Amino acid sequence: MGQSIAWQLSIALVATLAAGFIFVLARSRQRLDYEPVVKHAYRLRRRLFWAILIAGVPATLLTLGRIPYPALAGVSQPTQVIEAVGYQWWWELSADEVDAGRPVEFRVSSADVNHGFGIYDEDLRLVAQTQAMPGYVNRLVHTFERPGRYRILCLEFCGVVHHDMVAEINVVR
Amino acid sequence: MAQQQHLDLPPLGRRLVLGYLAVAGSVFLLMMSVGLLMRLSQAQWLPVGPDVFYQLMTMHAAALVGACAMAGAAIMWYFLARHVRLSPAVLAVNLATFLVGAVMVLGAVIVGDFGAGWTFLYPLPAISGGQWSLAAAATFMGGLLVIGTGFLLLHLDCARAIIGRYGGLGRGLGWPLLFRGDDSDVPPPAVVASTMAAIANVVAVVSGAAVLSISIANLYFPEVTLDPLLAKNLIYFFGHTFVNVTIYMAVIAVYEILPVYTGRPWKPNRVFLAAWTASTVFVIVAYPHHLLMDFAMPPWALVAAQVVSFTSGIPVLVVTAFGALMIVHRSGIRWDVASGLLMLSMFGWAGGVIPAIIDAVIVVNKVMHNTMWVPGHFHFYLLLGMLSMAFGFMYYLAKEGRVADAGDTASAPAPADSGLDRLGLGAYLVGGLGFVGVFLYSGQASVPRRWAAHLPEWLPYDRLGSVFAALVVAGALVFLLTFLGRLPRLWARA
Repeated sequence: MGQSIAWQLSIALVATLAAGFIFVLARSRQRLDYEPVVKHAYRLRRRLFWAILIAGVPATLLTLGRIPYPALAGVSQPTQVIEAVGYQWWWELSADEVDAGRPVEFRVSSADVNHGFGIYDEDLRLVAQTQAMPGYVNRLVHTFERPGRYRILCLEFCGVVHHDMVAEINVVR
Repeated sequence: MAQQQHLDLPPLGRRLVLGYLAVAGSVFLLMMSVGLLMRLSQAQWLPVGPDVFYQLMTMHAAALVGACAMAGAAIMWYFLARHVRLSPAVLAVNLATFLVGAVMVLGAVIVGDFGAGWTFLYPLPAISGGQWSLAAAATFMGGLLVIGTGFLLLHLDCARAIIGRYGGLGRGLGWPLLFRGDDSDVPPPAVVASTMAAIANVVAVVSGAAVLSISIANLYFPEVTLDPLLAKNLIYFFGHTFVNVTIYMAVIAVYEILPVYTGRPWKPNRVFLAAWTASTVFVIVAYPHHLLMDFAMPPWALVAAQVVSFTSGIPVLVVTAFGALMIVHRSGIRWDVASGLLMLSMFGWAGGVIPAIIDAVIVVNKVMHNTMWVPGHFHFYLLLGMLSMAFGFMYYLAKEGRVADAGDTASAPAPADSGLDRLGLGAYLVGGLGFVGVFLYSGQASVPRRWAAHLPEWLPYDRLGSVFAALVVAGALVFLLTFLGRLPRLWARA
């Protein structure tokens, strides 16, 4: 969901930018006095500035209302907890089965170097992540909507077997 | 407004700039080829073991960051030296330290098998799982330290010269006009940008040196430890700022060269100065967007990072990219490869900022961080943005030389670029757009970054990305050969 929106929004905005460049380049060989060009461009620039702000402020407020940090997100104490510790190069999980539809708190840390705790669904889509860091416990709260076998992939480069650092979690009804 | 007098570029300085560009251009091509090898390996078209892949990855990133910094410094020095008295000796020292540091970095990787990534994320350099020795880790980080020291000296020399000429760094940023409306001695864009680069990079390099020094000490004295979260903050502050400043140095080429092509000045007015002062702050404080998935960070810092990342794009889009469009719009410009590359660089920088800002939205970062989306956006503004500025500057110098050889009159038409040069630009444009597009698409499909071996589901992206990467390398090869072919005559004219 988040990925599709990010992709479509990026394509739309980059395409708009490209259209602006093509518009200007197509007319660049014609010659006009600079002063009227500047006057017109400054007017346009003011509008562009305000358009970015007017679009950006509500978008920022809206997205900040959905941040995943337990301390700010107002998450109630989940009843399902998994302790996850990263090692070079495996995951140690205190449990590997949880219920769908109920929040799970992952308490993620590392015994050696930095790792990344990325939860992938059966379609290989990343659904949530946090970093696993020595000396710290990162609390990630996630509610699995669908049952299935989810994979934990390492998302922080941690050495030569980084890409094989995979674990599984079974999500049941 | 006082007229700006141009100083003559010292011959040694001119030759050193050429040397910087030759080194940077060669590293660009070599490390792009290494990048192509990595994509071919992920595509399973080339058998490369994971140990070698991660060594190539480490070398690719470290060398390209260094080469971007060298190219950016060359552009900055070339134009800044027209306005303030810089020391060619310091420029030479930075070239020497870069070469020494580069040998250390490459030696650590090639001989010592070091492969902890260019970000040397503490404590990975010390805990390799038997892949590399402590000496290799120390040599790699020592090499970065040597390179950083050279750049620290270079930026301090720029700051010294700017303070000497304008009376302070605030004046170098044009604050008298910005805050008081005093337009008696407004610094040109090259001075404003160089002031910003000096402020940001001095702070960044000192932070980088601190974390590098402690990390090296930790290798041999394990009781010397560093808080991993503090280390991460220092590393990303250094890395984010240092990489971004390469673009802020290189963009001086756009400010200085497009006016030559269009006959229109790029005047530093209040909006321009406000944008650069804002960028000075933004580039320093935006780095926590690299730590959005470190939930142990203070939440206010991460919320602020999202907000600052959004606002930091505004000066790029609304002032610099918009200014470039304004200056060429109906200007009667005669396009060639140099001006084409500079215009492409504006699109690359502004275009790359868009997915970067989107990635800095915390809820998006939750499903995009450390996926291919990240190399997608930074290759967008580095490959199509920063490197296009550097290659555009190389073509500009080559053209300047041709004009001079043809009789040295301002109106003398320079010989046109060859068909091969134009083909190179086409290959670079198409290859670059395709290459970053595939990265971004892979990122939205959740393909992780920095994985030596990919799952079968991801291979189509890797294979398509490899084809586009080959096109980019072909374009860069043409650019470099053109510049190197012209280099002896440029050297002789210096």
